[in-house]
Amino acid sequence: MTQKPPLEVRFVPDEDVRDHIVEKQQDTKAVNGSVQTLVSLKTSQKSRRSAEDDDEDEDEEVFSEQQYVEALCTAETDECESAGGSSVFSFQTIKRRNKMAQMASELARTPGKSVSFCTGAAAEDSSKKSAALNKTPQKGKKVQFISTTPHRLRKRLSAPALRSDSESDFSPSNSEDEEDEEHTQPKTPSKHTPAAAAALYKTPNKKSKKTAESDLVEEYFQAHSSSKVLTSDRTLQRLHTPQLDRETLLGLLGKNTPRFAEEINQLNSKHEKNFRQWMLQLRMGFNILLYGLGSKQLLLEKFRSSMLSDYDHVVVNGFFPSITLKSILNSITVDVFEHQGSFRNPAEQMDFITRTLRGDPSNHVFLIINNIDGPMLRGDRNQQALGQLAALPNMHLLASIDHINAPLVWDHAKMSMFNWLWFESTTYRSYTEETSYENSLLVQQTGALALSSLTHVLRSLTPNARGIFRLLAEFQLENKDNPAYSGLSFQDFYQRCRESFLVNSDITLRTQLTEFRDHKLIRNKKGADGVEYLLIPVDNGTLSDFLEKNDVE
Amino acid sequence: MNETLTTSSVSKGCFVFKSASKKRKRHVGLDEYLVEADDDSGRDRFRICQKLWETVQTSTEEIQNQLNKKVLDSLVEFIKKHELGSSSDVWRQRTSEIPTAALMLGVNVPDHAMTFRSLCNLLQDSVTPFVVSVHAKECAAVKHLIQKVLEQLMGKAVSVDEEQEEDAALPQKAQCTISALCQWYKTATKKCSQKKNDNGLRQSLPVVVIFKDFEAFNSQVLQDFIHICSRYIQELPFIFVFGIATSPSAIQHRLPHSVSSLLCIEVFQSVSCTQHLASVFDKLILNAHFPFKLSSRVIQVLVGIFLYHDFSVQNFVKGLQFSMLEHFNSQPLSVLCCRKREALLCAKTLSQQNVERIRHLPSFMRYVETQEPEEQVKLLTSDQHVKEVCQTLLKSLHKYHKNYFPILQCLHSLTSSLPKFPLGKHIRELHVSCNEKNLWETEEYDSAMQLLRILAKNELVAALQGCSDILQSASTKRMQTVFQQVEDFINRLETLESVSSEDSSVNGAISGKIDYQRKTDLFQLQKTLLEKESRRTKKMSPFEVLRSQVIEFIDSLVREYLTPAHLQPLSEVCYFSSSGILRQRLNVTPRTSIQAALSHPYYYLQNESLKTNAGTISSAAPDLCIVYKLHLECGRLINLYDWLEAFVTVLSAAEDQDADSGDHGQLDSLKHARFIQAVSEMEFLGFVKSTKQKTDHVARLTWGGC
Repeated sequence: MTQKPPLEVRFVPDEDVRDHIVEKQQDTKAVNGSVQTLVSLKTSQKSRRSAEDDDEDEDEEVFSEQQYVEALCTAETDECESAGGSSVFSFQTIKRRNKMAQMASELARTPGKSVSFCTGAAAEDSSKKSAALNKTPQKGKKVQFISTTPHRLRKRLSAPALRSDSESDFSPSNSEDEEDEEHTQPKTPSKHTPAAAAALYKTPNKKSKKTAESDLVEEYFQAHSSSKVLTSDRTLQRLHTPQLDRETLLGLLGKNTPRFAEEINQLNSKHEKNFRQWMLQLRMGFNILLYGLGSKQLLLEKFRSSMLSDYDHVVVNGFFPSITLKSILNSITVDVFEHQGSFRNPAEQMDFITRTLRGDPSNHVFLIINNIDGPMLRGDRNQQALGQLAALPNMHLLASIDHINAPLVWDHAKMSMFNWLWFESTTYRSYTEETSYENSLLVQQTGALALSSLTHVLRSLTPNARGIFRLLAEFQLENKDNPAYSGLSFQDFYQRCRESFLVNSDITLRTQLTEFRDHKLIRNKKGADGVEYLLIPVDNGTLSDFLEKNDVE
Repeated sequence: MNETLTTSSVSKGCFVFKSASKKRKRHVGLDEYLVEADDDSGRDRFRICQKLWETVQTSTEEIQNQLNKKVLDSLVEFIKKHELGSSSDVWRQRTSEIPTAALMLGVNVPDHAMTFRSLCNLLQDSVTPFVVSVHAKECAAVKHLIQKVLEQLMGKAVSVDEEQEEDAALPQKAQCTISALCQWYKTATKKCSQKKNDNGLRQSLPVVVIFKDFEAFNSQVLQDFIHICSRYIQELPFIFVFGIATSPSAIQHRLPHSVSSLLCIEVFQSVSCTQHLASVFDKLILNAHFPFKLSSRVIQVLVGIFLYHDFSVQNFVKGLQFSMLEHFNSQPLSVLCCRKREALLCAKTLSQQNVERIRHLPSFMRYVETQEPEEQVKLLTSDQHVKEVCQTLLKSLHKYHKNYFPILQCLHSLTSSLPKFPLGKHIRELHVSCNEKNLWETEEYDSAMQLLRILAKNELVAALQGCSDILQSASTKRMQTVFQQVEDFINRLETLESVSSEDSSVNGAISGKIDYQRKTDLFQLQKTLLEKESRRTKKMSPFEVLRSQVIEFIDSLVREYLTPAHLQPLSEVCYFSSSGILRQRLNVTPRTSIQAALSHPYYYLQNESLKTNAGTISSAAPDLCIVYKLHLECGRLINLYDWLEAFVTVLSAAEDQDADSGDHGQLDSLKHARFIQAVSEMEFLGFVKSTKQKTDHVARLTWGGC
């Protein structure tokens, strides 16, 4: 559906577009009075705009699109604020909101200063608009495309009649997507109330706030109830390089020069000024929690190296995927207290730590936890234990959180154990380290690790065993184009092994296979017919790499 | 950026660093963190701060103990009663019932720990050594619960009795039964009774089990445990204490009738947290002897956190302590924030720097402006003179506080009984409004005064009596004269007795006459009533005259003594006023901060290219911000391909104007990589997560923006 020819809707001359609009206006008039006013509003805006702008070439279609994009932009900040705000501050006053909206519309009217990259003289265009403006239809389409989903929804909600109209009005699109784009155009103006006509850029969402909270509520349920997924069907396969592997990714990012480096450094040096204060507050029995956008690992590392050299301290990376409470406690008992004994359970270990620290009040231990909200530490039990540690008078905890819902892991009782002092430390540093463990669906999983483990294990096997494995690998590669391939059945495998003089009895083979299985080199699968199939759980690329490498050796 | 952190590794998540100077164990004195390079008073400030800190700690503990005393005493009484009763005949009939105390503690869970601690200590000291307290989270199953009880009991008994060292080893899990406990209990009590054979009455010491958080227990575990215990009640005199945060009905909700009938429940109500807070206020904030003071805004923030977030007095005290720390840390002149004598000493030896700081205090500048020109010159040029003036100002500040609080209490006692509480129900509200601006200029004050003007005599006398009680204990001379005046008024009011009663009878006669004269229409009635009213105001009874004198007197006191503190010269020395800091440290909204950083990067990164119209975002913004913006436009699912395309569009617009020259099919792989990074960061922050619902889609986890 995406392949529509760039659909020159955008480049029609003004007159034509006006015709369309007039037509529609009439149509909608017939259908729905309110829509009609909205549309007329749109035309008035248009003429006004074109009066202001000296760029005669711009066609109306683009105009409406700009406005649309712009409206979206304003709407989205406002809404994100109010969404963030109302979810966090439930006692926000309406008065304040209006003020904000007012301010927003005012700001929107004054020419923006941010447009260094804009071609057009139209200085007030935001970058996105400018992209839409001077870019090829294709690009413009993209911009628009982003917003199709919600608009379809809105449209479905508010103006079902409009749809059929515009479908007939607008030309030759055979794809669903294009239709949608067109719908959204006539639709945008309908977001404005007549009152908003005066304030050109007034955000649509202001209107929605005014109208009623219940709209919001309905919208919410509408958005969540429909099981139908309203997104395009494009996939990443369309890219020339659908997936990058991690190496390439890191390489590319390494080349990326960080922007605003100076400002970011400034921001961070501001946080670093707090170090002494942190020390004081930690020592007075508070614990410190950093929050805000950006990786705080470097900041904590700086704190560690500049303030903590005289103290025993433990750094924990909470984002580390296999971090456990046990490993944290062990590093305290074994490495810090140099205790050799073992513990039956964490509770006992906690008791030991408590006793040791209470017994030696002059011994201060600092615990730094990057991402105390990390996936492995989120659990109630872990937080409870960390809280108990934090509550010890001479255990000092510095931690950071990043997840937007992180504070939910603490209830009142835990909060009072942690005794947090919150520090906003927005660093804008990228979460390179933190995200490096995550299996992003965009990153191709390279088999590098699997390959090296294969090689290592195989190297320690007898030549016969290697042969057996090789046989299986080759068979699997031969069938790599067969989607129904489910593995090699044991009987077939035995047969082949015998033919190659690799085994002399099925007992030998089974023993061998058990060994492979123990090293996770192969996997068993029961077929539909109850026969056992054997499979190497490694992707084909890695497997052929492995065979090649083996051949060389 | 330093890419090779010592604390990053793909194979472990914990890194231990031993102190560099293990041998010396040199630990920097805490005060060093307070000292700035050019300032020597830091040490003094820290010393004062620490002293006050300890004062706060001890006095809150005292308050807690005082407040809990009553309920704890009655609890102990209850336990003692059952301890004795268990041998008596009356008790025999209900012998399978376990005596249970339901202790209502309120929802401020963090405060409970202290109450339980003092309860445990009290019981162990005065009733029985066999006290066990259990937490719900330690007891996921009934065997854990029993194990806990056994461990605590037997461990404790060992520590009481040294000879029993050999069987100190904890029972194996298999032996973890109540019957094992029975055996142990028999031998333990035998020893106990042998020891104190003087006390014949107490053959059976009860075993008290305290369930600290009753609501959190698994109800099945509780039911089983109660069943088991009730079987052994003959041999083991159990007594339960349930710590309940909500209401007594929680017991009915948790336990079916068959189980709750095994318990003999008595409810004990602990003191409410608001009362607790009020006494903390009395002791620490509305107290002239505690030199550190909070400004009205700070009080509002702290009380707000208390009322709207946790009801926890403990957290309130922590907020107070934090304010103190912050004050002594950030205000160098806080070195003067101590008792009068020390403060005066300190003022004599102020460093030149601090003198300069004093000159810059807004309140001091205001003071200077009110002085004669010569005096002004002197204040601005002579350090010595500033020090002297500073001493007198400190004296007057202390005097101000000594007068302020008694009068505040008087006013509160006068107005707290008025209908609708025009000046607030709690003294803290009155304090806040006094501190904010001139109280007598507020409407609330006017209406309160109006209401006071119509008090009946006995009410007025009672109210004044209350004031005189408060004033009696006030220490300053000025307050003593005020006290004398109040006493004088009371006497005069009482001697009016006969006159006023006569007067009222006359009034009654007149009104009676009017009523029976003739039938009147409404208008007539209104007229006569108005006339009557005007006549009355013209000719006030002696009582009314006296009453208005009293009110005038009170009003004059308020105007004289309840002036806002920030108008007092040098008030900055004692008052901590940065409510903003307090809010930022104690009561924050991390998500708002993250979203603000994402949608308004200019706020944090002051770069002109990020400056945009409200609501829009510059395409030069950090990748994450752009990706965030774009994702706000989507519904429940986000198509990654479309997202990527939109992202690349924005980026190319940012980079060069003639972006359209490039071919669109070929994605710049750097941009691709940046997109991948940004999306994984979004995932890390919790805005999106991967989903299997549709190929190459991610699910949005927040709602809004669409």
